[in-house]
Amino acid sequence: MSGTVTITVDGREIETREGRTILQACDEAGVWIPRLCAHPELSVYGSCRVCTCLVDGRAAAACVQPVRHGMVVESDSERVNELRRTIVELLFVEGNHFCMVCEKSGDCELQALAYRLGITHPRFAYMFPERPVDAGHPDLMLDHDRCVMCGRCVRAAAELDGKPELGFLGRGIHRRVGADGGAGLAGTALRGDDRVATICPTGALLRKRVGYRTPYGRRRFDHAPIGSAAAAGDGEER
Amino acid sequence: MPGNDRSVDTVVREVCAACGRDPTRMLDIVRGVQRRLGWVPEEAVDRIAAETGAPRAEVAGVVSFYAFFADRPQGRIVIRLCEDVIDKLHGAERVAEALVEELGVGFDETTPDGLFTLAWTPCIGMSDQAPAALVDDVVITRLSRDRARQMVRELRGHGDPHRLVRTWGDGNNAHPLVRAMVENNIRHAGPVVLDGFERGRALEHALRMSPIEVIREIKIARLRGRGGAGFPTGMKWEFTRAAPGERKVVICNADEGEPGTFKDRVILTERADLMLEGLTVAAYAIGADEGIVYLRGEYAYLLALLEDAIERRRRDGLLGRRILGRDGFDFDIRVQLGAGAYMCGEETGLIASCEGRRGDAKNRPPFPAQQGYLGRPTSVNNVETLCCAARIVERGAGWFAGFGTKDSTGTKLFSVSGDCRRPGVYELPFGTTLGELLERAGADDIGAVQVGGPSGRMVGRDALERRLSFEDLPTGGSVMVFDTSRDPLWIVDEFMRFFVEESCGFCTPCRVGNVVMHDAVRKVRAGQASAADVERLRALAGTVRTASRCGLGQTSPNPVLSSLDAFPERWRRELRPARRDDLLPTFDPRAALRAAELLAGRSSTVFPPGEEDAR
Repeated sequence: MSGTVTITVDGREIETREGRTILQACDEAGVWIPRLCAHPELSVYGSCRVCTCLVDGRAAAACVQPVRHGMVVESDSERVNELRRTIVELLFVEGNHFCMVCEKSGDCELQALAYRLGITHPRFAYMFPERPVDAGHPDLMLDHDRCVMCGRCVRAAAELDGKPELGFLGRGIHRRVGADGGAGLAGTALRGDDRVATICPTGALLRKRVGYRTPYGRRRFDHAPIGSAAAAGDGEER
Repeated sequence: MPGNDRSVDTVVREVCAACGRDPTRMLDIVRGVQRRLGWVPEEAVDRIAAETGAPRAEVAGVVSFYAFFADRPQGRIVIRLCEDVIDKLHGAERVAEALVEELGVGFDETTPDGLFTLAWTPCIGMSDQAPAALVDDVVITRLSRDRARQMVRELRGHGDPHRLVRTWGDGNNAHPLVRAMVENNIRHAGPVVLDGFERGRALEHALRMSPIEVIREIKIARLRGRGGAGFPTGMKWEFTRAAPGERKVVICNADEGEPGTFKDRVILTERADLMLEGLTVAAYAIGADEGIVYLRGEYAYLLALLEDAIERRRRDGLLGRRILGRDGFDFDIRVQLGAGAYMCGEETGLIASCEGRRGDAKNRPPFPAQQGYLGRPTSVNNVETLCCAARIVERGAGWFAGFGTKDSTGTKLFSVSGDCRRPGVYELPFGTTLGELLERAGADDIGAVQVGGPSGRMVGRDALERRLSFEDLPTGGSVMVFDTSRDPLWIVDEFMRFFVEESCGFCTPCRVGNVVMHDAVRKVRAGQASAADVERLRALAGTVRTASRCGLGQTSPNPVLSSLDAFPERWRRELRPARRDDLLPTFDPRAALRAAELLAGRSSTVFPPGEEDAR
């Protein structure tokens, strides 16, 4: 699995190794592809579809698709970004995302993606779902309003913390993260210093009492758009 | 109501023990627990997790995924009325009214005496004898208002859904293990699937060839998958055979969930042995030792017949160790019963379900042929495809390829339903024109035809000359006929609601996009949309089709897109001219204030009386 292969991304040739996904290959080469559910510490997932590219003319999620020698990938083009814009807008209208009062503002990957993709407002009607907050845990809280169903917390709890206590309940638009089979975070063994506590791309799973330690204005995406670090050669966005 | 912790504990322990405490048997375990307790309470989820070693989150995830599993108490008898578009055009909504009146509760409610729960359910595969319902596992067909009322009254008396069935259908529907009122409605039996079959014949032929030769025969016959996608079966078998892995698996997809399809129901009733033989031939060709028939929960009434057929084959040496005396050919089959999820007709959702998990789709790659059921190379084939494979081995690739067209060889079973005089199953060669099929079915007044179910295409009269085939007008079997009195936009509305309910919700475009598309269709139907709204809808449909993760989302925009193609003037007729800013008011502030004005006893100062609102 160590053969070298070359792929072309937006006209740029990238040398990588067999067995890599397009997203991994691009991250290593400093070419940034937008994503939400993909995370370097976690298993491949493919739920958000924000990293969708045109691969040899056909749509594929970069986080799932393995590289193949000679592959031609179209990522940062108007038609692909328009598709990503639509997907991010769908995520906004599905939940209740009030950035202006959210403690994750400026440190939220969903918000940062919207800015980067030039979304000023969604073109679809807000659904305003009723989603309860699970605040029963001493150190963590789960605000379902901001959940984008990326499954990062589900995977992190199981894969990094060895606590498979988060999972999805329901299906379709009623899908939701359930802690302890729906009983709530309080009944789980999850702790504030577990990896899962800081893995959420939005403000859905939060550590309590640390929300404003970094003030607005000094947060990850306050000065440079999401993806800047990767393009500057710093590799993966954290 | 079912009881205390101790009885829950006992029930779960017994059910789990009967399933070997195996978490991959989770669907059977949950079904078994629900059968004994009436529903799946929290304590049962806890106990199942403890017994099987599966995380509690996963058990709860399974219970919440499948429509037939209940995480809250339900009535002793559950009446599920089929809400498919065909059932509705045959009066399902009138039947619904009668049920609500007679029961005194609405849908998704339980009667105060705890006897009945009433629910809607998507197509149960009885479109040729609609309106139909499932009363627990018992199928009730051709319902009317009177029949529905009478049914409830009888059930109040004896409480036994089986006693509602007084006359049995034809063929094996009257078999002692079935005893269903379902009719086969075989209108035309073709030479491939519905011809007579002597068990063991195909397998004997197969064993005279090497596995590689069997695959070559399937490839020469140019057999393509009958589920709808049309992937070449020989290639699928070849990939699975070639994939690294000691144990391989063959699965029969009998999760016939595409609304308007019921041909697999008929095959499973009358030609189960041919399907099982095809599955065994596949196992021989691929080198698989394990077979699964994934039977949709709606067809639970066929489970005993199917298991009996499997048992007979074991007794006859056609399953088990050393099949037909061949050293090293060991293969057996189990039936996995589904629990109400269209998603599980998609092969990766189906595999997840067989593994005892939620039916969420999986990533591809790896493809099932590389890593499928429990990570083993797996070939998933449709019921009808397996029947064709058995016939090809029995009678030869040349004979098979003599039917149909160049790219679509053999015959196809079509399920015709809707506005026609002879709904039922027609086995005809591929390449038959849509018009010829509909003429046979007695469809005299054709407005729209849905070919391939909601995930297929809606076409108009101008498509009658088109050929039913992979290269022209493909269908997994469903052909729904709508006369000129039916509104295409109503049909689109119904289909989009179906996709909203059946999306697994794993990926964003399908989970959210279908809701937004459905809302847009309703907005058009309410006369509140402009041409710009329809263009936005069309663009979104394109994104959902492109960006969704599996076949469900990739085809869910088809009702919108194909009806825009076939009936553009019907869409246009509902549209309102937009203002200069391209917007249309969908909210009338004046009307919204009216109730408050009445309560306050004075008029709003924002809109003084007599003044028109500022449109």
